Amino acid sequence: MAVTEIDIRKIADLARLSLADEEVPMMTAQLNSILAHMDVLTKVNTEESIDGVIDDVIAGVKLTSDLKDTGAPLRGDAVAPVQMNTTAPLLAPESEDGFILVPRLSTHEDM
Amino acid sequence: MRNIIDMANEAVERATDARFGRDGLNIVVATNHESSIANAERVALAYGRGDAMSLPGVAIAVKDNIATLDMPTTCGSRILAGYVSPYEATAITKLRANGAIVVAKTNMDEFAMGSSTETSAYGPTHNPVDPERSPGGSSGGSAAAVAAGITDISLGSETGGSVRQPAAFCGVVGVKPTYGRISRFGLVAFGSSLDQIGVFARSVRDAAIATYTMAGSDPNDSTSASVPVPSMPEPVEAYRGRTLDGVTIGIPREYFPSSLDSDVRARCDVAIEVMRGLGAKIVDVSLPHTELAIPVYYIIAPAEASSNLARFDGVRYGRRAGDVSDLRAMYELTRSRGFGAEVKRRILIGTYVLSHGYYDAYYKKAQSVRALITRDFDSVFASGVDALFTPTTPTPAFRIGAVTDPYEMYMSDIFTVTANLAGIPAMSLPIGRVGGLPIGGQIMARHFDEPRMFHVAAALEAALGAEAHA
Amino acid sequence: MTDWSSKYEMVVGLEVHVQLKTRSKAFCGCSADFGAPPNFNTCPVCLALPGALPVLNAEAVRLAVRAAIALECTINLKSVFARKNYFYPDLPKGYQISQYDQPLAVRGTLHARIPGETATHDIAITRLHMEEDAGKSVHDRYPHKTAIDLNRAGVPLIEIVSEPDIRSASEAGAYLRTLKQILEYADVSDVSMEEGSLRVDANVSARLHGATALGTKTEVKNVNSFSAVERSLQSEFERQCAMLDRGEAVRQETMIWDASRGTVRPARSKEESHDYRYFPDPDLPPLILDPDYVKRLRHTLPEMPQQLRERFSTEFGIDGAELDAVTAEPRLAAYFEGVARAHGDARAAAKWVMGELAAALKETGTGIRDFPVRAPQLAELLDMVRDGKLSHTAAKSVFTAMRSSGKSAPVVAAEMSVTQVGDDSQIEQWIDEVFAELPSETARFRAGEKKLTGVLVGAVMKKSKGRADPKKVNAILGKFAG
Repeated sequence: MAVTEIDIRKIADLARLSLADEEVPMMTAQLNSILAHMDVLTKVNTEESIDGVIDDVIAGVKLTSDLKDTGAPLRGDAVAPVQMNTTAPLLAPESEDGFILVPRLSTHEDM
Repeated sequence: MRNIIDMANEAVERATDARFGRDGLNIVVATNHESSIANAERVALAYGRGDAMSLPGVAIAVKDNIATLDMPTTCGSRILAGYVSPYEATAITKLRANGAIVVAKTNMDEFAMGSSTETSAYGPTHNPVDPERSPGGSSGGSAAAVAAGITDISLGSETGGSVRQPAAFCGVVGVKPTYGRISRFGLVAFGSSLDQIGVFARSVRDAAIATYTMAGSDPNDSTSASVPVPSMPEPVEAYRGRTLDGVTIGIPREYFPSSLDSDVRARCDVAIEVMRGLGAKIVDVSLPHTELAIPVYYIIAPAEASSNLARFDGVRYGRRAGDVSDLRAMYELTRSRGFGAEVKRRILIGTYVLSHGYYDAYYKKAQSVRALITRDFDSVFASGVDALFTPTTPTPAFRIGAVTDPYEMYMSDIFTVTANLAGIPAMSLPIGRVGGLPIGGQIMARHFDEPRMFHVAAALEAALGAEAHA
Repeated sequence: MTDWSSKYEMVVGLEVHVQLKTRSKAFCGCSADFGAPPNFNTCPVCLALPGALPVLNAEAVRLAVRAAIALECTINLKSVFARKNYFYPDLPKGYQISQYDQPLAVRGTLHARIPGETATHDIAITRLHMEEDAGKSVHDRYPHKTAIDLNRAGVPLIEIVSEPDIRSASEAGAYLRTLKQILEYADVSDVSMEEGSLRVDANVSARLHGATALGTKTEVKNVNSFSAVERSLQSEFERQCAMLDRGEAVRQETMIWDASRGTVRPARSKEESHDYRYFPDPDLPPLILDPDYVKRLRHTLPEMPQQLRERFSTEFGIDGAELDAVTAEPRLAAYFEGVARAHGDARAAAKWVMGELAAALKETGTGIRDFPVRAPQLAELLDMVRDGKLSHTAAKSVFTAMRSSGKSAPVVAAEMSVTQVGDDSQIEQWIDEVFAELPSETARFRAGEKKLTGVLVGAVMKKSKGRADPKKVNAILGKFAG
């Protein structure tokens, strides 16, 4: 499956990365050569019933025995946030009256 | 025992020297003199009180992608320049509670994406053994910190071999624990199903102590395991004369291809013979899906990374492109200026393999093949093998700037990424030199069987002695 | 105005997001409460600081499972959290933790009621899954800026998706009103559209009657009330029918409901068709539910409205507006049942619940749970009315006094001296006294002017300080009529 320059622009857009026009051809070529190495996977037979193993690897990691049986650990419903030594507005590049500010989306519409 | 505060002062001085480039190696990216000394004073008081601590007064250097309260956490990236985390990683909290003193943050490949510490926004780190060479990556700074004697112990992180490979290149011990052994809370996420904090040290025992100090389930990390932490290793003396009687070591043939550098093979053969001499049973084994590991890794890790790095958008913290009037432009400029080329490349790969129409063929397929790789290890361990021995890397450290093709760079992790994919514990220790450059031997064990892994490594280390650095 | 419904069929599917009433957020320990200053209820996790990780809230799971049971869904004992990736400033991680191809629950049914109809409209529920809420974006507070408040980011939600089984605006309204009631019964959410704990997105398309294929659908957003949902669906349906009738194709797009104009219009920001790139969240192992846990939850749920209505109708013979009133919410229904059983006359109990009790609750703003008059006490009051010991009017006053004093009906009635007098001889005596006091009216009454009954009864009531049983007064007075 070859990736075209149009594909690269679309993907960059999805990832909110702007690529300079000069960058696009090289990125396209590099991605294609990297992905070419992945094609070997298409030849691997993963049909044989490894459902049990797939289940174990549902999130990509072999679940340790306790997690496999009990699943996601659950937290009690107490208000007990992880402490920070500063506040959210102070961390942000721009804030006012406690709000975090960003430039407005140009296609935004008031309703 | 030397005064804790004196030791800390010396370590801080070494770290500060390194930070300001006096050694030309570009290992340290941040220090905080006042904080380190203040912490040393606290530790000295506690030590004087008789508090139980596993690492009293031990100075540690920490990879720049692990959150610390008193020094910035920038992940080697412009996009986090100046960012000081308002909370600390669980692993750091545990180390501090046990007397360790953080004296430096170390250089790394940007967002841990790299195998040479050449993609850092701060410039490359140089290998202390040969400054023209790379220390490996992405935890090159932390490996070099121990190799250069700045600290005896340092923290790195692994997603695809990023502790073991630099450990091998720098001639130090490097450990990746079992996935879930050490909390990831506070480790900046790259490939979430692969990431683990790892340890560099001068000796196997020190590495084990640091590993066990950080280990344990964490209510803040849903993927951390509730497996009991092993007890601390015995003193060094107990390892001398330690045998490997009753231990079966598997030698997987896929890690000794005919193309393997003959000098590297020769050093590995020596190490194997040493282990045989210690009483180990050596058997040939096969991990048939090994050659698929790099393609699988380079689909899964970038996919997860593309999602994990979406939070770096200039909105809530870090750098933000200011010269914009529109939100979209802010996102694009912030990220495009903030991320380097390798990070962008991986985000694009990751976004692509997850995108509509490609998910099944790439990501889902890669996870299925990953399951096969894991099953290879399960089968071998189930057949009576206690540990596996392989070279850590196919070659010793390469020259900085020598490897320019991305995929060629990825291939330097060919022996290491399998352990990340399977989640098993793995470590590298020095087993000799080739052309004056360090070579690492890798030990792998079953999930949560760090004690076995450390036992084999410590026995080999003790038996090799000075040969390991010759 | 064309009546398109004779030619075209409206096809609607509803996606409802419901905030679960937990104390803390879905994946972190921040407060889930509203009303705090902006960005006060935040932490590294919901701020998506580097290195932060999610941990699932047990209560969110409990409430989500209750909701799924209440909606008659099949619970998936293993469900998987997935990342839904997109960029928006009120979405800190750049992805929302949601569920995709292995949701918590599937294949439920909602029995929607249209008031006045006995049969329910059964709408299939495709799925119910767990996810987290985003923060709030305020666009008009600062010029050229958007202000972000992340207090709401991470609050637990369930998303309930219906099959496109809804065929009219009123059916959609019925679905929503019934859904709200069911979720109140299950006690999982405040389900208030005004407060934002219930949000509706509607998918609507039109097709010729008899057609089996679905037409192109549009999504209608920004509706803030159930009636607005109904009006916007009707409006959009008519717009689509007009287009189809002209031979134009309907475009798949997002429509915004403009409440002031009463019309739908296309959203100006053409959202690109999102590619959310769903994949299982590697930070969260699958949610695995113990079947015994689910069973226990099933038993802790109260009877759902549908069953309760059927039972009340059969056992107590009440219907219509009375049935609606007493089953409005489960605690009220339990209260009513307590009164009905103790007193015996369910209809009288229902009338009282609808009338005096409803008024009292509204006046004080308390819920039935905190109401000072308990069901057995109200039953006792109604007994006194039935037994003629209290006039209806007097009963109201006693009720009011019972509310503040907490004492029982007989005690209060005695204290207030309003115990009704039904004693014939006492009433005859009062009538004699009135006859003596109003001789001319009495004479005319006895001569046949029935309209003076009211005056004379009134006089007797006044003389008895309201305590005379008016029915008895009328009856006895009647004997003197000419």
